[in-house]
Amino acid sequence: MAGGDFLKELQAVLGPERLLTGTEDRWCYAFDAAAAQPKHLPLAVALPRSTEEVAGIMKLATAYRVPVYPRGSGTNLSGGVIPREDGLVISFVEMNNILELDIENLTATVQPGVVIQELNDAVAPYGLIYPPDPGSVATATMGGSVAESSGGLRGLKYGVTKDYVMGLEVVLADGTVFHCGGKTVKNVSGYDLVKLFCGSEGTLGIMTAITVRLTPAPEARRSMLAVFDRLEGAARTITGIIANKVIPATMEIMDNVTIRTVEAYCHAGLPVEAAAVLLLEVDGIPAVVEKEAAIVERVCRENGGQVRVARDDAERENLWTARRAALPACARLRPTTVLEDATVPRSKIPEMLLALERIARKYNVSIATYGHAGDGNLHPTITCDERDQEEMERVHRAVDEIFHTAIALGGTLSGEHGIGLAKQKYMELEFGASGVAVMQRLKQALDPLGILNPGKLVGPLPVKE
Amino acid sequence: MNPFDDLALVEEEMAKCMKCGNCQAVCPLYKETLREAAVARGKVQLAYAYLKGELPATHSLAGKLLFCLTCMACVANCPSGVRVDMVVLAARAAMVREKGLPWVKKVIFQGLKRPWLFDTALKTGRRFQSLALRYRPEIQRCNPRFPIGLELRRVLPPLARKTLREEFPEVMQPVKARARAAFFTGCLENYIYTDTGRAVVNVLLANDVEVIIPRDQHCCGIPTLVHGDVPTAREMAASNLQIFQRYNFDYLVVACATCGEAWKHFYPQLLEHSPQGAAARVMAARARDINELLVQLDYRRPAAGLPLKVTYHDPCHLVRGQGISKEPRQILRSIPGLEFREMKNADRCCGNAGSFSLTNYDMSMQVQAHKVAAIKATGVDTVVTSCPACRMQLEDGLAQAGLSPRVLHVVQVLEQAYEKTGVGSRMSEVG
Ligand SMILES: Cc1cc2nc3c(=O)[nH]c(=O)nc-3n(C[C@H](O)[C@H](O)[C@H](O)COP(=O)(O)OP(=O)(O)OC[C@H]3O[C@@H](n4cnc5c(N)ncnc54)[C@H](O)[C@@H]3O)c2cc1C
Ligand code: SF4
Ligand code: SF4
Repeated sequence: MAGGDFLKELQAVLGPERLLTGTEDRWCYAFDAAAAQPKHLPLAVALPRSTEEVAGIMKLATAYRVPVYPRGSGTNLSGGVIPREDGLVISFVEMNNILELDIENLTATVQPGVVIQELNDAVAPYGLIYPPDPGSVATATMGGSVAESSGGLRGLKYGVTKDYVMGLEVVLADGTVFHCGGKTVKNVSGYDLVKLFCGSEGTLGIMTAITVRLTPAPEARRSMLAVFDRLEGAARTITGIIANKVIPATMEIMDNVTIRTVEAYCHAGLPVEAAAVLLLEVDGIPAVVEKEAAIVERVCRENGGQVRVARDDAERENLWTARRAALPACARLRPTTVLEDATVPRSKIPEMLLALERIARKYNVSIATYGHAGDGNLHPTITCDERDQEEMERVHRAVDEIFHTAIALGGTLSGEHGIGLAKQKYMELEFGASGVAVMQRLKQALDPLGILNPGKLVGPLPVKE
Repeated sequence: MNPFDDLALVEEEMAKCMKCGNCQAVCPLYKETLREAAVARGKVQLAYAYLKGELPATHSLAGKLLFCLTCMACVANCPSGVRVDMVVLAARAAMVREKGLPWVKKVIFQGLKRPWLFDTALKTGRRFQSLALRYRPEIQRCNPRFPIGLELRRVLPPLARKTLREEFPEVMQPVKARARAAFFTGCLENYIYTDTGRAVVNVLLANDVEVIIPRDQHCCGIPTLVHGDVPTAREMAASNLQIFQRYNFDYLVVACATCGEAWKHFYPQLLEHSPQGAAARVMAARARDINELLVQLDYRRPAAGLPLKVTYHDPCHLVRGQGISKEPRQILRSIPGLEFREMKNADRCCGNAGSFSLTNYDMSMQVQAHKVAAIKATGVDTVVTSCPACRMQLEDGLAQAGLSPRVLHVVQVLEQAYEKTGVGSRMSEVG
């Protein structure tokens, strides 16, 4: 382990206020939002304010061979910021300045610690939005969301974070600072390093500045709720709407377990007998919204759905309340909430939903499934109690089977929550040994000492002495 | 047993925390510090670790757990519904049990002894006055065991010349009473803000409510509870309860958010397993915030206008603690001529949080700066709230920001409107 010299030199870079070494402070950085993951106290927590400081930290970490764990708000659901060894957590929350709003080019450049919502608030007066909107938008940082390439409710039409990142400033493991991408709409020179760092989960380099694309806020939107008494009807609606050339901004599904849980929790007036409900929203220019809403409504009805259209903002808000309540409702059911992220091709959603029901029965666990149906991204949510070892055994086996099933259906381990610690063991399932090896070679090339978030994503590469 | 006697009783609250971090978006202390230990998620995990023996009770742990406004913003925003305020209070109490009160005192003194505090304080006499005033009652009159008295005694600013209880007779009857209310004055209204206390009396009388001000009542005891001194808090609860039991009344009325919480929630909890448990619950059912009571009694609408531009600040322990936010606004809006302007984030903590502002004065002021900015943006001439502690904090903050709006309690504004209308209190003294 690195001696006191490392910390002493770090202090010289950061000062005592921004280097936390007390036990209680370190304890608070030993976990993130991922359920049922181990907890390890880091050696210390560094809170840099500038790229220079980050570079300084990385030079020291390299010199002393200390593993570092980049951290935003710690809201990720895959154990991505849990320090595994006695390493250094680098929290970016104090690097929280919006560096530039370029309204002419529709871009924003931010430091990694800017909270996503803060960026949205800053661009709203210009009639612009930054579309990626994870459920954690009010807390998650830009750095964390780029590193996870997080998605959200608008993913179907607007894509995920990596579709918006145009340029990056990155500090490498040895402290080298480099830039990739930029503000040009077209940019195809060289390898696409911007995309490489999106979703890299802090294992390849540290983002210290991020340039993102902004888009005009939609002028109008229309929300509706469709109720189905057969799962097939909901599934056919999902593909049917797209087949009718409408891409809704949002197409969310809630299964029967979720409906009942939500209804018991907030009495939103949901049909507890329904097999599934879809929450749909189209947005854009008023005339187009009008037209698309009519198509969506028709397709829902043709597939046996009963449709409720929100007439005004208050009614729209009402419909959304039900969807937003899904997580809190589940969270209040049992102490521990294991929120998964299995994603399948759109057409496989009914199969996946049926498989989830079967898995729940097989392992005798409670699974509520909701998620972004439009992009095939489901969030099977297992409610349990972390303190019950026997139950957790069953939960872990159920999770194993969920991911095996998703992959077998041509899906992926993660639609938006990343791999981190929690899903690292399944990586070969999706990529094969050779696929994982390619990633490890990339990792080794950029981080030869294996000091950047070791143990995550591509597995442990030992810290070299 | 209850959480104040046994931390294990809030274990479920702690287990429920799914560490989602949603509380970061609303915690005023996190917003200022950006430290995990300052936000609910961190505090809950620290308390949990302490319960499970993974972290020992140390000064620094106590310091982290004392660093909380118990404003409940996190509670209102938590998907899992974790009662963070209860976890924090129960953990403080557990540590005091383990280590003794003097030990906690030391942590508080560390805050108090910060040179900047006394330095700034002595330089600006005005600020120091309000600082000392804010806490003097709790310290001196209410609870001599409370640890921060002596330091401040020498520089005591003048308190109200006549306390509220000296000013009024014990019982005041309107000509024809339709209900009878016992008034729990609380320290601040008795010793400092007697104008608010007077308004409570006048407004109730104007609404034909008989008012009793029990003589021997004292501090509600919550300041001791928030520092983990449960035995003292329990003693004070029992004593207040006993005093009020001697009287016959329909409602127990308060005009302080914290006192309201005390009677409604903390006393029944503190006395749950004592012989007074049932009585505490009966009293809790009778307890009313003055706003709540006035609306419930369908108060007299003032006829004359008050040409005021007014905004309203929601005290944490009223809006989230008791779910009261519509009533004060309704009362204000019912006053002719009064222009009501909602401020941004009216329910955001003003940073006072009882003695928090004493031990963490600069942080308290930092939190308060957001409030002052929100008030400034409304351009009002009067800020109205429903808690004397908030009033004090707002007065201090506005004055230091060079702003002049007056700060009043809702009931004072109503009193003024009644005066203009000519609604007399028509009281006859008894006793
Ligand atoms: C209630 C809730 C709802 C959620 N909803 C969604 C959702 O709808 N969609 C979705 O996609 N996710 C969702 N998430 C997951 C999570 O919020 C996102 O992954 C988020 O983007 C993480 O941001 P963060 O700032 O908390 O990052 P952290 O959790 O702190 O870190 C995430 C990863 O980024 C790395 N990292 C952080 N900063 C940097 C940096 N500057 N440079 C390099 N690497 C860095 C870390 O090492 C880690 O691997 C949700 C989480 C919660 C708790
Ligand atoms: S919002 Fe609630 S569940 Fe989430 S971290 Fe905070 S206290 Fe825990
Ligand atoms: S009670 Fe207030 S100060 Fe304390 S953790 Fe919750 S939001 Fe923060």
